[in-house]
Formats: sequence, C-alpha cells, structure tokens
Amino acid sequence: MDDLSALRLRMEQMLRVQKLAALSTSSPRGGPYSNLVSFKALDTGRILFATTRATRKYANLRADTRVALLVDNRRNEEADFHEALAATGLGRAVELSGEEREQGVAAYTAKFPFLEGFVRAPSCALFRADVEKWIVVTRFQNVIEVLPIS
Amino acid sequence: MTLTLSLDRVEPRDRGRVGGKGYALSRMARQGLPVPGALLVTVGAYRRYIERTGIGEAIALEINRKIADEMRWEEMWDAALRIRTLFLRTPLPEAIRNVLARDVEARFRDIAVVVRSSAPGEDSAKASFAGLHESFVNVRGTESILDHIRLVWASLWSDAALLYRKELGLDIATSAMAVVVQEIVTGDRSGVAFTVSPDDPSRSVIEAVHGLNQGLVDGTVEPDRWILDRKTGQLLSHRPAEREKALYASEAGVVVRPLAPGLAEMPPLTPQEVALVFRTALDVETFFGSPQDVEWTIRNGSLHILQARPVTAGEPAADGDKRPWYLTLRRSFENLRALRQEVEGRWIPAMIADAEALSGVDLAALSDEALAAEIDRRRSLHGKWSDIYTEHFIPLAHGIRLFGQAYNDSLRPADPYEFMDLLGGTGMISLERNRLLERMAGRIRGNPLLAGALRQDTPAGLDAAFDEDFEAFSRGFGDLGCGTDRCFTGQAALAGLLLRMAEAPPAKERFDAGTIHRRRDAFLSRFEGDARQRAAEILDLGRASYRLRDNDNIHLGKIEGALLAAVDEGKRRLASRAGFDASALSAEETARALRVPAWRPRVATPQKKEAGPGPGLRARQLRGQPAGPGLARGSARVIGSPEDLLDIRAGEILVCDAIDPNMTFAVPLAAGIVERRGGMLIHGAIIAREYGIPCVTGIPGAAELIRTGDRVSVDGWLGIVTIEAPPSL
Repeated sequence: MDDLSALRLRMEQMLRVQKLAALSTSSPRGGPYSNLVSFKALDTGRILFATTRATRKYANLRADTRVALLVDNRRNEEADFHEALAATGLGRAVELSGEEREQGVAAYTAKFPFLEGFVRAPSCALFRADVEKWIVVTRFQNVIEVLPIS
Repeated sequence: MTLTLSLDRVEPRDRGRVGGKGYALSRMARQGLPVPGALLVTVGAYRRYIERTGIGEAIALEINRKIADEMRWEEMWDAALRIRTLFLRTPLPEAIRNVLARDVEARFRDIAVVVRSSAPGEDSAKASFAGLHESFVNVRGTESILDHIRLVWASLWSDAALLYRKELGLDIATSAMAVVVQEIVTGDRSGVAFTVSPDDPSRSVIEAVHGLNQGLVDGTVEPDRWILDRKTGQLLSHRPAEREKALYASEAGVVVRPLAPGLAEMPPLTPQEVALVFRTALDVETFFGSPQDVEWTIRNGSLHILQARPVTAGEPAADGDKRPWYLTLRRSFENLRALRQEVEGRWIPAMIADAEALSGVDLAALSDEALAAEIDRRRSLHGKWSDIYTEHFIPLAHGIRLFGQAYNDSLRPADPYEFMDLLGGTGMISLERNRLLERMAGRIRGNPLLAGALRQDTPAGLDAAFDEDFEAFSRGFGDLGCGTDRCFTGQAALAGLLLRMAEAPPAKERFDAGTIHRRRDAFLSRFEGDARQRAAEILDLGRASYRLRDNDNIHLGKIEGALLAAVDEGKRRLASRAGFDASALSAEETARALRVPAWRPRVATPQKKEAGPGPGLRARQLRGQPAGPGLARGSARVIGSPEDLLDIRAGEILVCDAIDPNMTFAVPLAAGIVERRGGMLIHGAIIAREYGIPCVTGIPGAAELIRTGDRVSVDGWLGIVTIEAPPSL
C-alpha cells in the first residue's frame, strides 16, 4: 500500500511542475472533446487555464461548465507503465473577470511569462477549474481518489 | 559565471564568450595597437538574462509563428519588432543588474561609450555577417548603457538576422550575443580600411569622412576613397567625395551637420595620413594573419583602431535571392528624407502627369495599328514606373519603421504597434475615394427613389449632387479601380457596390484631425529641445512614408488602368474576328494580334490549380500575424479574382491572397480582413486600421483554406483565424 500522504505530495508536486494538461469538455449536444491546455494550479482544488473565445472548447464551456483535466508525468518510455503518475480532476470551470481575472493573470504569467501577451489579449478568456476530486493512477492500475484540500 | 571581462583578461579560450569583435579588440590591445578601452559583456550575461526572465520561449514562439521559409521580410520585421519590445520591457534581474552596473560604473562613470554587438561566429574568417546586428554610438550614463546592452542583445533577433537565420544557425538554445562597451573616441576624421580590396586582391582601399564613422557605415555621408598598391603602398588613385555633411556626437547619440566651408574643400586625410592608416591596417593584418577590414578614427592627430574583422569574399547571392536587396531597404533618416523629397517632388508629379496624358487619348478613334502602338507605349511606360516603384517608392516605406523604432525606444509601450495610431489620418487617396463612395451611399440611404433608379440603371437626373459625385468618381478613379490584371469598368459595378453600401450603416474612420493632433502633442511632449525637433521630423517622415506607401499604388494603378483600358479596347476588336478568343491574351499578344491579322495565339493548357488542404483535411484554426486589433465574426467572402470584391456584403470577412490600395474600396463593408501576405504594413492592414477593422495577415493559403460562406472568427489581437466547424456529436 502506498503512503497516501506521500501520494498527495507527489500529485501536488506534479501539478506544480507539469505545464500542459488534457482538458475534456462536452459539446452542446453532449459529445466529448479534448485538447491540451497550459495550466497553473493555484492549489489542488483550483486550476487556471486560458483559451481564446473563438475556440470549440470555449463554446463547449459556455454550454456546459463540466470539465475533466488529465495531468500526468509520462515520458513515452516503457517504464511509464510502472512509474508514471496520472491524475484526472473532475469539476466545473468558471470564466474569471474583474479583480479575480487580474489575480489569475498574475499567477498564470508567473508560471508562463512568455504567454503574457496571449492571456492578456481581450479575446482570451481565463478559466478556473474548481476540481471536486482527483482520480490518481499509479503503478499501472492503483487508483486512488484524492479530494482537494484548500 | 563571468558576466564581464576587461580587454586584458581575455584568453584564447574566451573567444566564444566575448564574440569575434570583442576578441579581436582584446588581442589588438594586448599587442599594443591603439584601441580604445572597453568592457566586454560575455554571452553568459545574455544567457542568464534570458533564463532568469523566461523570455527565451517568448522569442521561440515568435520566430516559430510560421515556417521560416514562408515568412516574408515584412513579417520578419514585425517579429523582430515584437522581440525588441520584449527586451525593452523586460528589465535586468537584480543580480545581473548589480554586476553589470558596478562594472560599467567603475569604467564609464562620466565617459560616453559605443555599445557594439559582438556575436560569436559573426566575424569569423569563414563568414561575415557585418551589419546584421546593432551598435549604438555616444551612449552616456550607467542606466542608458545598460538599456543599450539589452538593445544589442535584442538585435541578435533583428529582421536582418532572421533573414539569414539558416546561415547564422540562429537557434534559441544555442545562439547568444556578447557586447563590447567601448569608450567613444570622438574623432575629427574617421573611416575604414580594407587591406585587400574586395574588387582586386592586389590593392588596398581606404575610405574616410570628416566626423564620426557612423555616417560612412550607414551610408549617410559619402566618403573620399583611396586605392593603394597592396605590396608597395603606392597611392594609385583618390576619388574625392562631394563633401557636404558629417556626423558628430550630440548630447545623446549622433547628429548630422553641414560641413564648415573650410572642411568641405579639404579631403579628410593628408597623403601622410593615408599612408599611416594603410601601414597600421597592414600591422593589424600581419597580427591576425589574414586580410582585415579595419574601422579607425583620428582624434587630435592620433590614430585609433575601433574594430577589425577579417575581410571575407562574401559569396555572391544566388539567383533569385532577394535578401541582399531587402538589406538595402534599411536606411538612415537623412537618406530617407532625401528620398522623400525625390519621390514627392519629382516622381509622383511625373507619374500623375503621365497618367493624365494617357487618359486624354481617345482609344476608340485609333486604327488597329495605332492602337497596337499605343498598347506598346503604355506597356513600356508601365514597366518604367514599376521599376521606379521598386527602386524609389518601396524603400521609402522604411520611414514608417524608423519612426516606429524611435517611438518604441523612447516610450516603451506594451503594444509595439502603438505608434501606428500616430500615422492615421494622413490624407490617403484610397480613403478620399472611400469617402466619396460613402457620400454617395449616404444619399441613396436617404432617397429610396434614387435606390430604385440605380437598380434600373437610370439614376441620372434624380439627385444632382449624387450625379456630380458619380461623375467625379468615374473621372478620378476610373470607375472602380483596377485589380492585378483588369479594371472594373462600367457603371453597373459601381452602382451595385453603392447599393450594398447603402444597405449597411456608414463605415466610420478611426482618426479625426483632433485625435491625431492630441496624439502628436502627447508624443512630442516626451522630448525636449533638439530631441523634440528631431522627434517631430521623424514623425513627419513616418506619416509621409505611410501616406505615400498607399498613394503611390493608386498613382501606379492609374498607369496600369490606362494600359488595361487599351488592351481591353484591343481585345474587344479582336473578339469580333471569327473564331478568335482574345480573352487570355497578354498585352504584348494583343498588340501583336492587332498588327498581324493572321496571327493566332498558341493555346496553352490551363493548369489546374490545387485548391484546399487536400482530401480529408480541413483547416480549423490558422495562426498569422495580428495586424489590426479587434475581434470579428462573420461569413467569409473569399476573393479569388478581383471581380469577387463586387460581391461582398456588409459584415462579411474579406479573405484574400493580397489586396492593393486600388482594391480597398470594398474594405469598409467588411467586418474583418484575412490576408495571405504578412506584415503590419501591407495595404490590407493599413486600411483596416483606418476603419478599426480586425485584421490578421500572413496566413499561407488563406484564400484556399477558407471557403466563401464559412463562419470565421478573426482575432486581430492575437493573429488567429478560426473557421467554425458545423455542430457534431
């Protein structure tokens, strides 16, 4: 049995260092859609990501705020099967505005200074995914549910 | 990591750390050759700055916006400008700043300096890429010197460097820039010496000017030139310059002043001094063991060597390589000011006169033979003006860039294109044309009878003011202007456009005289004394360049229109010959067919044009250059041929390969613009900004990847075009 507190730390560490997550959204008709987004974890319960407003994911999020976010540390090697950590966060995304957006932009650009022009563009929306739980997979098939602690 | 080195501490192993220029200076200093004192800022300082600030990825994203080979020069300039802004606005991290400030302060507290680029590999004997990076003359004060170090770093990614990106091996991971901060020697005579003439290996060349070297290097001041026998040092020839002006150090930077009368008659060097420069340059050559290009200056009778680099043969540009020509487009303020006078005072009036003379010819009254002669005459006239356009008009556009750089350097705005707001409302002819169209559309809006009559093609007599404008438009703009291979003739086209304009709300221009004046005053208030005068002059040049960039196309369009009118007349006549298809004939073939009734064109098999991305592929989002801020969404109107412009409906997104000012009459109807050609200064972008229409440029294959009727979003802030998919799942 893994030490669960160590697992939480590993997951937190991964959320800090990984840059890209697979974001899943639902189309207005309920169809699935996934894409990569750069993300900044404020903590394990609050994940920031950005998208321009003309995208499919933006249209999806306007229609349905439910999201899944997959973050993992695989290296595309055989060892991934026993070594890699994968965490799927389930929750809802809310578009930030006003002061919240400003604070979010500051946190996001601290991690991605080169995306400042992108995230500050008036056509770019900043979302916060409020994660209700993480489903964490280790050692190929060990699955643990991790609730965010804020 | 060592961030700086003094000349006496450089060892051979440091060559890669201080760059070619810095290394050569250190070796000459050790040899006792007369070089000014300098501090070398190593590539380590650049690397640490890039790492600590995280701007490396921003540069990488910028230069990888699209495939390098598909980037036009204008787009490289845009990319370089954005990268330069990145450096300008990203301060030195405290730890780096402290070290550099301490070392600069210790050496140059009250001393003006030259801040020079010294890229590793730049001056190696194999490759010379002189002039791709920037140097700044007469910089004073620690803060200013630190600022200019960042600007030299930025020039690692200059437009010229990006142009030669492959040859330079420019790469975010491996490329770096060292900087030479060198005590300025404000010489009274300066120049360059080539120990081996690039034209003749048995000779040496010395060029010299009064004042500072910068004038010679950037082409502002014409030099005297001496040719010497390389072996004996014997003077073979002296070509005096027309000595009129010289570059001198001003309070900050340099300034061009007329030469004092006594100096204008005097060659910059005496024969003894020519011999001294020659011998010293040969000493440098002997020391380095290869022919050298030596930059020198003389102050109070003492000779100083400013820099030396190996003379490289410089491989001739391959056929079709336009890059050397692009490099000639970077010109100094003085050069551009003279060019503007020439263009405004000489070329444009002559072009207008030529166009007017052509419009007076009654083509229908000419015999076939005379019409053929007229077509040839117009072809040669059009060829002549196209050459003049390339040689004199295109380079003038650099005035816009010069102003943009001056604006960004002094104000450091977050948006590197903020300066464009000072260039609006310059009196472009295309806007006058569009205002005339809008005035007519306005009269149609208020007069349903007129609209009805226009639909029936019988407008005359219902509204005198409208009729007058309609006439004036046809006179001034030849119906609707010309596309790349034909003109829109006939009043039906104009009437159709006006009716559609009348259905839409009036297009608004963004700039009025009041706004422009306020912005101008706000800009100039940042400067004082001589600097304000200089800023006003650069702004004036920028505005003139901007206006002329559009207007010269309209003038050239009239010459082109006159040629096409004569060709159309010829084709009309040829079409009446039995079995003769004149539609695809060139101007030359039309003239020939008119002269020789028995001549028949060779039938060419039309080449099928590859359209779209390929089976099973569909573009959904395309990244280009942001060229007009704003977000627009609408139905795409793809312009395959100029006639398609006449079909545009209000609120559509205009998607085209390339648009010139003769075609921009349709722009006020568009909600957004997408263009294959890239850059902020292409005509589509210029006119889009005048109306505040979102615009994205530089999307390869835009007119093939997007189809008329597609729902399209144009993000003019980020340079992204999204093509909506029909709902699925």
